[in-house]
Amino acid sequence: MTTGPPAMLELKGVHAVYGKKIRALKGVCLEVRAGEVVALIGNNGAGKTTIMKTVAGLLKPEKGVVRFQGRDLPGLPPDQIMRMGLSLVPEGRRIFSRLSVMENLEMGAYSRREKDLSREYDHVFHLFPVLGKRRSQLGGTLSGGEQQMLAMGRALMAAPKLLMLDEPSMGLAPVVVDKIFEIIELINKEGVTVFLVEQNAKRALRASARAYVLETGEIVAAADSAALLKDPAVQKAYLGL
Amino acid sequence: MLRWRWTPWTALALAAAFPFLAATLDAQYLVRVGGVIGLFMILGLGLNFTLGYVGLFDLGFIAFYAIGAYTTAIAMRAGVPALLALGLAMVVTLAVRALLGLTILRLRGDYLAVVTMGFGEIARLTINNLDAFTNGPKGLQLAPWRPLNFLSDDPNIQYYLLILLAVAAGVVAAKRLENSRVGRAWVAIREDEIAARLSGIPVRHYKLLAFTISAAYAGLAGGLFAQWEQFVTPESFVFWESILVVSIVVLGGMGSIAGVLLGALVLVGFPPLMQWKLSADWINYRYLFFGLILVLVTLFRPQGILPSSRREAELTS
Repeated sequence: MTTGPPAMLELKGVHAVYGKKIRALKGVCLEVRAGEVVALIGNNGAGKTTIMKTVAGLLKPEKGVVRFQGRDLPGLPPDQIMRMGLSLVPEGRRIFSRLSVMENLEMGAYSRREKDLSREYDHVFHLFPVLGKRRSQLGGTLSGGEQQMLAMGRALMAAPKLLMLDEPSMGLAPVVVDKIFEIIELINKEGVTVFLVEQNAKRALRASARAYVLETGEIVAAADSAALLKDPAVQKAYLGL
Repeated sequence: MLRWRWTPWTALALAAAFPFLAATLDAQYLVRVGGVIGLFMILGLGLNFTLGYVGLFDLGFIAFYAIGAYTTAIAMRAGVPALLALGLAMVVTLAVRALLGLTILRLRGDYLAVVTMGFGEIARLTINNLDAFTNGPKGLQLAPWRPLNFLSDDPNIQYYLLILLAVAAGVVAAKRLENSRVGRAWVAIREDEIAARLSGIPVRHYKLLAFTISAAYAGLAGGLFAQWEQFVTPESFVFWESILVVSIVVLGGMGSIAGVLLGALVLVGFPPLMQWKLSADWINYRYLFFGLILVLVTLFRPQGILPSSRREAELTS
């Protein structure tokens, strides 16, 4: 994997600790190239969310390099990182339940300087027609799947170049998960690079071209997703076969 | 419900007519009480930005009331015109508050409450000991300023009406902020700070903004207080008064403008009313009265008496 375009997102030897003792990441190296869908799979507590938080600026790595389009991220606040074109849809969706659908989307565009965002709203409502029907409804009254869509829509309002998704399938019915992954594919076809974290390894490997396997804070495998799907060790540990 | 369009206008008209009505009822004393209620309404509206909109606990808010009062007093004694002195009071309180916010807003919850409480005490003690500027515990006297002589000879009525005007202006300003992009960002921050940060809202700036705006209200209220009383001493700005403002916001309904106004009316208005109607001794029972209200509200309306619709939804689900 030495050919192809340069990395859009690059992590090199990233260490992260919670408090003083809990080492969440122990020298993680990975890269996401422009236009790709890359998956990160691993068990509970492997450090997947920690990687996401570190990239998005919610957590400062203890050491290591985190670079987005050639710029170092550690130390930058999330709003600045977003302005560079990197959005995270957080685990558990975290929509604003007392704000309406429109207001939630408005918040997602907070980092934008443009006044006219009608194209972004149209785009979101085109991807998620159901949100268009619920514009003035409070976020908290939406179903789980709709909330996930709203969280994704909110992230898209910033017009990201790289969209990171943390457990987009969590707690959703299989048919809704299908829908979410269809839309992720669509977003990618529109030119947005996607980096997603999943516990649902089968789904994530099918949706991505390449994947990393994370175990207790270390990357233990990196390969094409199709190859990982057939890897007996991965099958045993993550695919329940 | 208090959502009728003409309700605020009726309330305003009634409040404006009150001092003239009170004169016929032989209850001029209540006009003074009304003025004090108004000052606490302004303070409550101010603290509401910090406590109600972004949920930061501030137990030393009265310090900014004091800074506003002293700034006005010192400025007017130096010959600054009264209105300009009020403006200056707001600017100075805003500046002090912004500096304080820059240093302490890294703290959260209880820690912030303790530090603001400390600031309140330090401010009072500083005023008490900075004899060169504040004349210490002896206080400062001001020349009278009576801009509404054409309406009434009674300074209490004049200041009642001035304060009423300030309350109305404060409400309009708060409403406009609440329904702006900034106001919605404050709701987002209060609801989920992490999600707000991930949405690209510069959370620290917006918290500081809410925290700072609060001070303009306190500065205005303090300035009016000084001009009305024509006398300021450190004794007027004790810790208890900070608690009173917090209680007004919490009991009325955090984040609710109507709630804050009602909270001030009840908490500041009832004790003198009891004193007037029952007997002078009743003022000694006001703490008992506060305790009772606090317990009742906590039991039956934890969201406050008149909560904002958003806040109510947060607490009932």
